[in-house]
Amino acid sequence: MTRLLELKGVNSFYGNIQALYDVNLHIDQGEIITLIGANGAGKSTTLMTVCGVVQATSGRVVYNGDDITRESPNRIVAQGICQVPEGRLIFPELTVQENLDMGAFMRSDKGAIKRDIEYCYDLFPILAERRRQEGGTLSGGEQQMLAIARAIMAKPRLLLLDEPSMGLAPLVVRQIFEIVKKVNEEHNTTIFLVEQNANLALKIGHRGYVMENGRVVLTDSCEKLLADESVKRAYLGL
Amino acid sequence: MDYFLELFLGGLTRGSIYALIALGYTMVYGIIELINFAHGEIYMIGAFTGLIVAGLLTMYGFPGVSILAIAVVCAVIWAAAYGYTIEKVAYKPLRGAQRLSPLISAIGMSIFLQNYVMLAQTSDFLPFPELIPHFGFMESMGSIMSSSELVIVLATISVCVALTLFIKFTKLGKAMRATAQNRKMAMLVGINVDMVISATFVIGSSLAAVGGVLIASHIGQINYYIGFIAGIKAFTAAVLGGIGSIPGAMLGALVLGLTEAFATGYVSSDYEDVFAFMLLVLILIFRPSGIMGKEKAQKV
Repeated sequence: MTRLLELKGVNSFYGNIQALYDVNLHIDQGEIITLIGANGAGKSTTLMTVCGVVQATSGRVVYNGDDITRESPNRIVAQGICQVPEGRLIFPELTVQENLDMGAFMRSDKGAIKRDIEYCYDLFPILAERRRQEGGTLSGGEQQMLAIARAIMAKPRLLLLDEPSMGLAPLVVRQIFEIVKKVNEEHNTTIFLVEQNANLALKIGHRGYVMENGRVVLTDSCEKLLADESVKRAYLGL
Repeated sequence: MDYFLELFLGGLTRGSIYALIALGYTMVYGIIELINFAHGEIYMIGAFTGLIVAGLLTMYGFPGVSILAIAVVCAVIWAAAYGYTIEKVAYKPLRGAQRLSPLISAIGMSIFLQNYVMLAQTSDFLPFPELIPHFGFMESMGSIMSSSELVIVLATISVCVALTLFIKFTKLGKAMRATAQNRKMAMLVGINVDMVISATFVIGSSLAAVGGVLIASHIGQINYYIGFIAGIKAFTAAVLGGIGSIPGAMLGALVLGLTEAFATGYVSSDYEDVFAFMLLVLILIFRPSGIMGKEKAQKV
């Protein structure tokens, strides 16, 4: 297996507050990795550090063999990393179609973009119905679907998902997780999933990391984490 | 009726100039939520560039219309260079700072540019040549609208249409809208946000420069201070229309221009500003987000 992403001893600050302490983790090509932890544990900062929106103050982020620690976000996206951020961040005054176009911002293969938009509409038929509607008028679940579809439009090698289940009905969450799995299987897209809903995340992931107060405290295969007593107590409510 | 029409067309001309400047205010605000107080000075620098270029070309005996065209192009390029540099020097280093800091920096930049032009040129009014030609077919309409007014209005309409199409359909235009709506997400889809911000300053400055040359030619004189009052008026127009909104700035400028023209014509020219700012106060009371502005929830 090729190592796709590796964080080595990463320290990051969120404003003046140190959010990550010596974080080490790695993802291999084709894996689904889950990162679980409580509110404020540093999960989102980890993703933002990978994308270059937050810059690591020390340590290294290595992607596909290249050091991308100091790269700007647009160069990182160009290399195939795409994030569906927390809160979805739909462009509210762009139509559904335009939001999808923005996902393909770095691409210039017009024919393939058209095909991929149709593919997204097949995955999420509700978006096809709403294609002329402004993104801000969609419901929470639809916005999450749009955010994921927009990320698919970038044809990422590595897809970062930040709390896709947040604020959504259980049925919608299940649907979204199924599609995440499908994208992973059909396109061999590597997935880095950050979740508070540890139960769900550990069920679709291959390996998992547990984060507390900015530090990775535990890592193992997802089956073992699901069976782990401390994880059960802290994150699964058992 | 003729008098009404004359006032109306005069208001349209004023509104056009305000629109050309207001667009720069509103675009910059839309993208980085900054009131670029130095924007009026860009307009003034555009006018001065036009004057210098026109002077040189007249000396070398260029024909009339080509002088106008070349002067506008040179003013646009030079003003765009100023706009680009101002952003890099005065605003970009403060991007992470509190909101007040770039605002103060903008005021400082405005004062600096005024004084720089005053020292480099002069504090007196300089005559500006009439670059806009007189059209024969406008003779019969002479009492209600001059050739230069017609050119200003038509130029503004074409610029507004071009800008609207640009924002709606081009890749950079879409990137600008996306950046204005959510800068973080714009970064995450791979938009080079720094480039988009620079482009916004360049486009806004170019529009102001077009306005600067046209109005200077229409009025016939300029000095280092013209950017201040024009800037305040254009800013008012942008707020009136809903700051951050491009069609809002166009509409706000039109409303402001017409209000001033009618106030001047039917009341007294002393009351021009009174009516302009009274309109602003009324709008701010009854529709604080401006005519076309959207009510936005305060971000926490």
